Amino acid sequence: MTSLRERTVLESWPRIRKRPEELPVRPHLLDYEATRAAFSWEAARAGLTGLPGGGLNIAFEAVHRHAHGARASKTALRWIGKDGSRRELSYAELSAEALRFASALRAHAVTEGERVFLLLGRVPELYVAMLGSLSAKCVVSPLFSAFGPEPIATRIRMGEGAVLVTTPELYRRRVEAIRAQLPSLRLVILVERGETRERPPGTIGWSEFSARGEGAFAVPPTDPEDLALLHFTSGTTGRPKGAMHVHAAVLTHYVTGLYALDLHEEDIFWCTADPGWVTGTSYGVIAPLVHGVTNLVVEAEFDAQLWYRILQDEKVTVWYTAPTAIRMMMKLGAEAAKGYDFSRLRFSASVGEPLNPEGVMFGLEAFGRPFHDNWWQTETGGIMIANFAATDVKPGSMGRPLPGIEAAIVRREADGTVRVVDEPMVEGELALKKGWPSMFRGYLGEEERYRKCFAGDWYLTGDLAKKDEEGYFWFVGRADDVIKSAGHLIGPFEVESALMEHPAVAEAAVIGKPDPIAGEVVKAFVVLRPGFRASEELRRDVLGHARKRLGPVVAPKEIDFRDGLPRTRSGKIMRRLLKARELGLPEGDLSTLESDERPTGAAP
Amino acid sequence: MSREELERVVVEILAGIAPEADFAALAGNEDLRDALDLDSMDFLNLVIGLHERLGIDIPEADYPKLFTKDGLLDYLAAKA
Repeated sequence: MTSLRERTVLESWPRIRKRPEELPVRPHLLDYEATRAAFSWEAARAGLTGLPGGGLNIAFEAVHRHAHGARASKTALRWIGKDGSRRELSYAELSAEALRFASALRAHAVTEGERVFLLLGRVPELYVAMLGSLSAKCVVSPLFSAFGPEPIATRIRMGEGAVLVTTPELYRRRVEAIRAQLPSLRLVILVERGETRERPPGTIGWSEFSARGEGAFAVPPTDPEDLALLHFTSGTTGRPKGAMHVHAAVLTHYVTGLYALDLHEEDIFWCTADPGWVTGTSYGVIAPLVHGVTNLVVEAEFDAQLWYRILQDEKVTVWYTAPTAIRMMMKLGAEAAKGYDFSRLRFSASVGEPLNPEGVMFGLEAFGRPFHDNWWQTETGGIMIANFAATDVKPGSMGRPLPGIEAAIVRREADGTVRVVDEPMVEGELALKKGWPSMFRGYLGEEERYRKCFAGDWYLTGDLAKKDEEGYFWFVGRADDVIKSAGHLIGPFEVESALMEHPAVAEAAVIGKPDPIAGEVVKAFVVLRPGFRASEELRRDVLGHARKRLGPVVAPKEIDFRDGLPRTRSGKIMRRLLKARELGLPEGDLSTLESDERPTGAAP
Repeated sequence: MSREELERVVVEILAGIAPEADFAALAGNEDLRDALDLDSMDFLNLVIGLHERLGIDIPEADYPKLFTKDGLLDYLAAKA
């Protein structure tokens, strides 16, 4: 049954009807049902080449196979630096640089299967290092450059990183102090700009490193099931989770590039995601290159006027961005986008958190194209549910499953199995039928945690959603306490642990507080140790401590002091109750509540 | 308001957002978002703080002018 509220939502936002025959370029997916019915992963494999000696390697499909044919001199990467400087790399050049990097890894005794961590902004070396490492069959793990030392140390330790590629700046600010805690790290490569100042001990410059590589390097035989990427994500409890992806994932990258992003040979593609996020890898690097298009890379962070200029001047045709950026552009108003020529923009998509209907419509108003929301997560490796170029958009819906993907709403039963919910618009957990190529193959070192993600043939996503009578999915919320802020998943435990390292903090609980721009921001509730008194000065001290440890993206934006935190009888902090109270929502079932919070006199 | 006074206001606002940030040590032409580790939310909060403290309107089209210390102080000096 559709509730009254949902009806209102559905009806107040008119469906955006598509007329595919009027689109300037014929979309790859024209008939949704027919394409789905005819699809098989085996047949889709024809879009890939495969290694000459057999096997499948992401880097080979992304660059090396294009390096000698018609695409050799085509621009693979068009990079625009923060200062406006430009650099272009053809497919032949990018392939050669990646092979040199791979060869240099071997020259430095880095072997197959070893982990290469990347802590870099959007610089050309990021692409070379990622593709080079994959060519050498090393496992790549990208990190957010906005991470503080603690999240960096945790991840490199968990992944037993052998190599780290970063900049002198980031090394000095984020890594140097924790280097001693990272015994696995043998090689730290610094991407230097301008003149080289004194290099910190235990590091090597990019050019010095590369000089030991040779131009010729043969990608070794790669089993499609060989580990390729390690993407860290966050859960409610415990350490971050290292989602493991294999080279076979490139087939999903190819298929989703085709159907969800509708990439065509002549496209100029721009993905604005941070390379430290899975989107920045799957769609900022791999998918566009696999399709042989020109991949635009903009180093600078969000700035609406700059982005409008880039869309116009670089003649971007396909654009993949995120709700936080879209909402910031909305604040500026569609007026600010007037006067620019966006006529080349053919398709725009959004991912990271659900895009509100206003955001979808803003695309229509400002750019003449609606934003096409899609859904996926670190574990899925690629886009799973999407609004397509040729199919109608229902603003606020994430769309329908890609060809080759079966999605359902399920309910967990007491016996551990799941039941598929067939009635339309009934809330349940979003689940995917397992077996697509980019499905994660495990959480690093945590078999049990991986096993718990599945029930029978279904992968349980942890997202709550609904499906309407036409098969469109609608996001409802998270089934756990993970916080989604500006597209980043933040695990409350990691933040709470860092807060509790502060000498004044006895206990901490962290929630996601709804925010009109970022979706959610991290808010912390802190109980002080005896002898400490709540004050603005102490609040700032705790905040500064958290920011230094965690970095600005993960650290709380707000801190409130409390005399106690609500706990269950088993001692677990009830973050949900804190959140309900913060939002003035019903408190729900309190039968398990053992001890309750008391706001301190000083706090609001 | 003098430049020194304006700088003091910025430092005070930043202390509530990013207490660990050392605005005084910043070079005039450095991007303060990078150098002080401010994400887009932090920067937005800084702008809101300036609006509240100084009563000036800062249209979003002007944000890029505030990305460096010199740019920020020049902008405030002209407006406040």
